[in-house]
This record gives sequence, C-alpha cells and structure tokens, in this order.
Amino acid sequence: MSVANTAAASSGRSSPSAGLDDLTSKRERMLITPEGIAVPVIIASRSSRLGALIIDFLLYSVATIVVPLVLLLLAYSFLDDLGSGAGTPGEDGIPGALEFLIILYFLLTFFARYGYFMAMELGPRGATYGKRIVGIRVAARNGGRLTPEAVIARNLLRDIEIFMPIGFLTAAPEGADGYFGLAALVWFAVFMAFPFLNKDALRAGDVIAGTWVVEAPRTKLADALSTQGAAAAGSSTLTGARYQFGEAELSVYGEHELQTLERMLREGNDEALSAVHATICRKIGWDPGAGDERAFLETFYGQLRARLENDMRFGKRKANKHA
Amino acid sequence: MKAPQSASKIIGGIGSFFGRAAIAAPADIESAALRSDRFRLEREGDWRRLEDIVARMERGGLRRINDEDLLALPTLYRTAASSLSVARETSLDLATLRYLESLVQRAWFQVYGPRRGLFGWLREFFMGGWSRAVQAIWLDVCIALFVMAAGTIVGWLLVAQDTEWYYRLVGEGMAGGRVPGAERETLEKTLAVENSADGLSTFAAFLFSNNAGVCILAFALGFAFGIPSLMLLVHNMAVLGAMLWVFSSAGLGFEFGAWLSVHGTTEIFGILLSGAAGMHIGRSMAFPGNVSVLDAASAAGRRSAIVMLGVVIMMIVAAFLEAFPRQLVEEAENRYAIGGAFLVFWLTYFFLYRTDAPDGDLSGEAASARGTP
Repeated sequence: MSVANTAAASSGRSSPSAGLDDLTSKRERMLITPEGIAVPVIIASRSSRLGALIIDFLLYSVATIVVPLVLLLLAYSFLDDLGSGAGTPGEDGIPGALEFLIILYFLLTFFARYGYFMAMELGPRGATYGKRIVGIRVAARNGGRLTPEAVIARNLLRDIEIFMPIGFLTAAPEGADGYFGLAALVWFAVFMAFPFLNKDALRAGDVIAGTWVVEAPRTKLADALSTQGAAAAGSSTLTGARYQFGEAELSVYGEHELQTLERMLREGNDEALSAVHATICRKIGWDPGAGDERAFLETFYGQLRARLENDMRFGKRKANKHA
Repeated sequence: MKAPQSASKIIGGIGSFFGRAAIAAPADIESAALRSDRFRLEREGDWRRLEDIVARMERGGLRRINDEDLLALPTLYRTAASSLSVARETSLDLATLRYLESLVQRAWFQVYGPRRGLFGWLREFFMGGWSRAVQAIWLDVCIALFVMAAGTIVGWLLVAQDTEWYYRLVGEGMAGGRVPGAERETLEKTLAVENSADGLSTFAAFLFSNNAGVCILAFALGFAFGIPSLMLLVHNMAVLGAMLWVFSSAGLGFEFGAWLSVHGTTEIFGILLSGAAGMHIGRSMAFPGNVSVLDAASAAGRRSAIVMLGVVIMMIVAAFLEAFPRQLVEEAENRYAIGGAFLVFWLTYFFLYRTDAPDGDLSGEAASARGTP
C-alpha cells in the first residue's frame, strides 16, 4: 500500500476541460491498493473543508446553546409542576433536578466538543455531517486503515487550532493578557494557517494522526452512449441521414476533445451542441446544416471513440488535437 | 493486450457465479456499437451490486448486510478494481471511468475499513492497549516527571524568597483566601469537608470538563517540539509548589498533602501523562530517526492519542474523587490511604501489567508503522 505522487502516476491520463481541471489535477494523488490498482483520490479543497467546519460548528453551537436552553425551560416547567418537591434543596439551594441538568450540560458540552467529531469520523463514512454535506471524508495517508487512535489524535488537536484561537481572538485585542495575549495570537495564527502551508492541505491534526481529507464522490453510473440514439442505430432517427466519417475527418481530434464532446452530449444543452456542431463541421470541412445536430454529434462521437479506442488497443494514444 | 482479455474472461466467470441475476440485466449487450461499451455492459450488473452493498454498509455498518452479500464483497471489489484497470487501457468513456474510480474508492474504504467496532477496540484498549501505549512513551514520562518535580521546587523556592511571586503564579481568583501569611484557621477551612453531598456532583462535572480540557491542551501544545507542553507543566507545578509553601509555612503541610493526594495522585498522574504524550510528539518530530518527519509525527501521534484517551478517563475518576471522597472524608490518614491506593493501582496497571500487542493493532501498529518507512 503506498501513495504515489500524481505527477508521475497520472501523466498517462489526459485531463479533460483544461481550465478547471488544472486545479483539480494538482490535488490528485494516486493511492495504490493492495491489489495493485491505482485509485485516484482528490485532496479536498480548503474551501470545502472550511465549509464543512462551519456546518459542524453550527451544529455544535446548536447542541451547546439551544439544547441547554430547552433543558432549562424544561427544568422550569418541571419545577412549576411539582413545586419544590422536585428535589430536596441542597445547602446552596440547588434542587436535585436542576443539579442533574447542570451535570448534563457539562457532560454535553464536553462530548459535543470532542465526541461528535470522533464518533462520526470513526463511522463507515469517515466523515462528520458537515463533511458529508460537502462530500469529503477522512482517510489514512499511507493508504492503510483509518484507525481509532488516528481519529482521536487528529481531533484532540482541533482544540489549539480552532477552539483556543477563538477564545484568544476575542480576548487579545482588549489587551487583557498584554503581550502574552498577542504572542498567543500569533502562535495560534500559525496553526490556523497550517493547511495553507503544505500541498496536501494537512492541518496540524492531520500531520499528527497520519490522515488527510479527500473528496468522496458518489458518482452514479451514466448510460452507455453507444447504445442509444444515432450512435447505436447508425442513422439519424430524426431525418434518417447516415453520417460516415472518413480517416482524415476523424484524425482531427484526440481524447481530450472526445471526452469534452461526451460531457456535452450527456448534458444535452441544445445551444452548446449546435455551437460544437458548427465548430466540428468547420474543422473537418463539412457544410454545417441545421436541425439534426444531436444525431450528427452522436455519430461523430461513436466513430471517433471507436477509432481512438482501436488505436489504444495497439498502444497508440492521442491525448488531444495537438498530439 | 492478451492479459486484460484473459483477465476479463475470468472476472466474467466469477461475476456470473455470484448471482448476477439479483440485479436487472442491462440493455442488450449486442446493441452496443463499441467494444468498450460491451465490456461495460457485461460487468455493469456486478458494479451495481457492489455499489448497492457499499451504500448499505455506509449507512449502517455491517448489520444491514446478509452473509451472501458479505461473502461476495471482496470478489465484487476485485472485479470492479480490475474492471477499472482494464477500462483505463481500453475505454475512453469518461463517465464510466469516473464512476469506476469513485466505486473502487468507496468499496476500498469499506473493504479496508475499521476491522472491529468501537466497542471491541475499547475492550482491547482497557485490556492492554492503554498500558502498552504508556510503556511505549516511558522516556517522555520520565522527562515530564523530572520537569514537574523541578517546577514544584521552583515554585516553592520563588515564593520562599519573595511572597510577591505567589500572586504572580496563582492569581487572585484561584487563591481564594489561600495566601501567604493567612491565618491557620482560614487555611484549615479550605481543607475541610462539606457537610453533605449536595452540589458536589455538579462540582465533579465542572472539574472534569475543566481538567480534561487542560490535559488536552497540554497534549495539543506538544506539537511545537514539546516546548509549550513543558512550559505548561512547569507553570502548573510551580503553582502547586507555591501553595505547598503557603500551607507548610502555616504548619499544615501534612494536611495539605492529604487533601491533595485524594484526587491528586490520579489527576497529577494524568497531567503527567498528557504532558509526556505531547512531548512524545514533539520529540519524535525533532528527532525523527530513520523515517520522515511526517511519518514519525503520525506514528507518535497515534501512540499518544491512546494515552490521551486514557487521560480523559483518569480525569473522570479524578473529578469524582475530588468532589466526593475529598470533600467528605475528614481524617488525613484516610485521605492518604485513598490517594495512595489509586497511585498504586495506576502504577501497577501502567508499568507492571504487561500484555503482548495483538498483531497490527493499537500501539503495536503504530510501532510497526514506524519501522517500515
């Protein structure tokens, strides 16, 4: 089990739609499973992690502010119902029921702070609710199992990364602690900036625990394009026209263009399709007609893919139109 | 190109063996114009079945999976994994490739997921994992012990020389009447027992969350090469040393020791361990040995995390001791007996109780992870 850096491992793969994917491929790492299969994992972006954190933090706030309030209201109604009989007032006048609630509050805040993240990340999804919503999860960096001790370690450090700095951010500007407060502020700022200082976006807790946070896509299997429409029938269902592209016409494009076309066919945006249709016709020297763009593109896609895949089987790959 | 074909034949055979009929057969395979799409349609049933099993596992662990599916899981996972490597070489269908990549990743997380539940892990933790982890960081425990002893002495000496230091170290809020030159009666009162147990459980809960927070901080600060952990230890123990001086100068040293020992043997031991755990990380990062800094840090971090979980449990014990026996038990001898018994228990559990690490688990795994670069 090992992780290869993406630069070497994925160089054989062309990445589609250049602009956005340049950023994504920078975050791509190859995970080699014990079977020797390279599974690409994409490091979660810092913004999605921040988003997940904010969601989790909101949940935490609800749990530690709203729930106690409800408990307090319950306590009042409880005391009203039963009068002072709810519990024998102690020396300092705290009734037993209220005391129980106060204990509950302390334990709740403690476990909300430490237990929530740990229990969730140890689950089969390896993610808190916030992480689930933005579609990321925690994984072991060496490709091994995500162990309980790793999850504990990464979450204990959350204290100095988030909870403590928030305390200092509110206290330091008032100068209550003088220079010590300011020094602590700088110190915590280093921890908060940690994910921005390394290429894997590791926070201090990740470094300690040997974990990282990766995207956990839940892709659905799309329909096979060659079983439907003109690619399967061989002729347009709309006009009956039969498109046949020759060697010269199909050699214009490469894999990148093919996969861009695939994406557009799946999206099925008519305006975009007719623009692509016009471009392809101009490129291969055909007279662009109108009204039957989809069938044209489906056939072109099918034949281009057949040609490129055939070449592939002979070890010949054409990454894009410039290759 | 012979290898992928023969491989796919075998995979197809395995796939048909494990009831592909359970999932509806895809559209007629022959209609696909492309060879790569035929490849995909032939195996789609297995992929979907794997996706279904994985999705159920993600939702509710292993309980929702019947035996038949569980047995099929490794095979289906390998089928999907080899489909992915074949598809990479033969197919240009981006949607299928992306789907397979995501499916193999998800299945991989489940197949190589946690080997046992949290409950099983906790059992192992109490039956040996915890004490092994403490034993593994013995050097750091020794250093932390030395630093804490030094801190206590420093606190004592500073206040002995100049009582102004007391206010600097302890602070007004925490002192609460326990100040240098205070009346013996005032000091005695702070060591006295409560008349009843009312309100003490609240006190215990507060003490727990407060003390456990301090311990976690001591651990977390160890990240910066352990130095902040040490500073925190020195500061806390200097406070203790200063208080010790105040009480002993009023002739109450023995009583103060008794008062402190009830919960202190557990609590100070816990602080000692958390400081040691923090320092262990710091030390591993400063002196990583033959492995990279990141590997050393993560191995040490996992080992320390086990110690820290134990420290939280010790803090729960300490909070109960602090709130109930300390406030209810009067005689110094009894207090010493309680504190001493706990100290003996912890020492026995951590250093005399030795078990073998089950393979690839807890601190054992951390150690092996360290051994293999």
